Amino acid sequence: MTTDSEAPQLTIKRRSTPEERRATAVGIVLIVLAVFTFWVFGLGSESGSQAEFKLSLPGARFEDLAWVVNAQWLAFIVSGVLAFLGGLTLRRSHLEWTNIALAIGLGLLALAFLTWAAAGGSFSLVGMLRSTVLLSVPVTLGAMTGLMCERVAVINIAIEGQLLTAAFVGTIVGSAWGIWAGLVGALLTGALLGAVLAVLAIKYRVDQIIAGVVINIFALGLTSFLARRVLTEAQDLNSPGKFSSFKIPFLGDIPVIGPMFFDHNLFVYGTFILVIILHFGFFYTRWGLRSRSVGEHPEAADTVGINVYRTRYRNVILGGFIAGFGGAFFTLAQVSRFEENLTAGIGFIGLAAMIFGRWMPLGVFGAGLVFGFARALQQKLGILGTPIPSEFLSMTPYIVTLIVVAGVVGKARPPAADGQPYIKD
Amino acid sequence: MTEGQGPDGGWEDKGYSEWFARVSGVGSSLKQAILVPALALLTALIIGGFIIAVTDLDILKVWGQDPIEAFRLTIAAVLDAYKALIVGSIGSPRAISETLFAATPLIFAGLAVAIGFQAGLFNIGVNGQMHIGGLAALWVGFTFSLPAIVHIPLVIVGALLGGAIWGGIAGLLKARTGAHEVITTIMLNFIALFLVDFLLKSSFFQQEGRNDPISKAANLSARFPTLVGDFRVNIGFLLALVAVAFIWWLMYRSTIGFEFRAVGFNPDAGKYAGMSVAWIYVAVMGISGALAGIGGANQVVGLEPYRGISNFAGNIGFDAIALALLGRSHPVGVLFAGLLFGGLRAGGREMQGAAGIPIDLVLVLQALIIVLIAAPELVRAIYRLKTPEEETTTTVTSGGWG
Repeated sequence: MTTDSEAPQLTIKRRSTPEERRATAVGIVLIVLAVFTFWVFGLGSESGSQAEFKLSLPGARFEDLAWVVNAQWLAFIVSGVLAFLGGLTLRRSHLEWTNIALAIGLGLLALAFLTWAAAGGSFSLVGMLRSTVLLSVPVTLGAMTGLMCERVAVINIAIEGQLLTAAFVGTIVGSAWGIWAGLVGALLTGALLGAVLAVLAIKYRVDQIIAGVVINIFALGLTSFLARRVLTEAQDLNSPGKFSSFKIPFLGDIPVIGPMFFDHNLFVYGTFILVIILHFGFFYTRWGLRSRSVGEHPEAADTVGINVYRTRYRNVILGGFIAGFGGAFFTLAQVSRFEENLTAGIGFIGLAAMIFGRWMPLGVFGAGLVFGFARALQQKLGILGTPIPSEFLSMTPYIVTLIVVAGVVGKARPPAADGQPYIKD
Repeated sequence: MTEGQGPDGGWEDKGYSEWFARVSGVGSSLKQAILVPALALLTALIIGGFIIAVTDLDILKVWGQDPIEAFRLTIAAVLDAYKALIVGSIGSPRAISETLFAATPLIFAGLAVAIGFQAGLFNIGVNGQMHIGGLAALWVGFTFSLPAIVHIPLVIVGALLGGAIWGGIAGLLKARTGAHEVITTIMLNFIALFLVDFLLKSSFFQQEGRNDPISKAANLSARFPTLVGDFRVNIGFLLALVAVAFIWWLMYRSTIGFEFRAVGFNPDAGKYAGMSVAWIYVAVMGISGALAGIGGANQVVGLEPYRGISNFAGNIGFDAIALALLGRSHPVGVLFAGLLFGGLRAGGREMQGAAGIPIDLVLVLQALIIVLIAAPELVRAIYRLKTPEEETTTTVTSGGWG
């Protein structure tokens, strides 16, 4: 990327590139946020009021860790850093840093916001970070399902239906034969619906978005129907019990990091492992290369002898297993009971996380954490009693997604053949 | 950020044209347009009967002791359920009124999805557009005190604008940035849902003395008057008929409609013929949203308690997708499909009350109907029909995320 200063005196003014204009936009946003932070969180806090962030949970090995901070000073410092980052971005000299500056800025903004909200009281920061990880799990698993399918060019908007049905079957099988059986039932259910999607999309070449919508309507209708007709009469089929948390030795005792990542249930650890496996699988194995080639250019993949149909069936069904695992999280770890429309749109947030994470396993994991943070914040803010309505926090993931797909945070590019059925000559 | 990305950037829409020509029935013969939906409905009812049968716990116990008796009971249970479905939908003048009443918002929402389909756009955002349109109608409804003859048209204008803006956002995002309407409308649905909840709890909308999200009641002059005595069917249904006629005229008799359909059939050809594809996306989404908005208005000023409540548009926006597919995206087809779904709704309530079958079965039936219509090969395979010549081409182009 050459800059204007290197060029000799030219009369023609060079048109700025999209990246440069984006840097300008991000810079302006950061400066606006700096002013906002200064005004609302800085001048809006009483001078001298302190926020106490608890950094350990009750009963932890290192108890009573806390970070006490002067709310007003923190807001002023954050405001200064935001302005600095904004100014730096506006110079447009290091365009690759634009998104990093934005991410750091938004992270600091969240910190200033929390401090402002907790000023004059105490707030269990580690508790919130812990629930961030926990609440990110179904979102991440939903997004991974989408990722598995879209990497082979099958659009899956049936994630919501897969999660819901798997949660339902997990409850029933879990209540009848124990939670491990419930988990297996949920996994198979997710895979079965994945297979239905695959058959509709690959064999019958139904528009993939409509196939997904159908599965969602069918899942909602059938689970609600059965819940009302069967579960109301047979209550004992709706109490499967839970997978409990277990602390990993040593790692679980590290302050902050321990309770955040290493004191959870099976589903959380499963998600961590899955993220690593998928990242490695997609980018460092033959399977991953083949899958990606089928998603980007199926004709070329076919020419070199890759079976496009089989690859697609396999990945969509494997993705279904992941959705089944995510569905089981709801009824076998979170609430231990099925209710109508229990998943309440998490599958769609997963879809959003997939796009936000740019079809990359690690990116998707990060996006899942961001959405998990928004959900955790929404839960905890009720306790703190801030004037910000919870509805706006609930909206945040969706607005963020809207901004992402509109290309404001840079172009997210899906696999090139996404959504197109492959017809072998 | 449209610059710097070629048409192969993945986010450029390639159109649904050929798939829609084949599956949504745009331009197919009348016999084909009726045969597949009719068989799909029949098949869905048979599968639905099977679901009723296997979920009856009392009868399931009988199977072990006396299979013949159990079989008789099963048939009786299924027939009972479907009898209630028919009685509840067309069995009496009141039942017919209930059917028309339930069909009203469905027809508006179905038209909204159908004109999107015709222009190659998939509007999943009808739910959100209904919410915003309904909210605007409600605001007009309780804010002003006017004679009904002025007030009701004003309420409708409010609904039109509210819905059109919410739909237009998705159209604008698609036109300006290439963001796929499916993903943006899904997001806008959720945003609308939370926005409605927030506004209904704001002092601006909320009923005095309440803490839950419930609005003030629309003034008497703003409410849709009923057509016959104390039956619930109201002028909303007449408006739906007018909308059907108008959309038919718009799509098949006006230049704009021709452009819409041309872009739906092939956006590139439309562009080379000098049409502004970007403008058409915004216009179609705006009109689609406006139709949805009136449907939403019907849910607040057309029924008790004439107030806005949380999620007042319910599932109608999603039923509309099934409805548009069933009606082959033709306004008249949507009308009949709307009446059918309205009947399923009204009958479904009777079925729940009289035969104890949860109304959610209707959702299952709807999903089965769409899947059978969307994959006509399935219906043909079941009934061993010949594939019509016009449909032997198998090309499908659903353009990814755009």
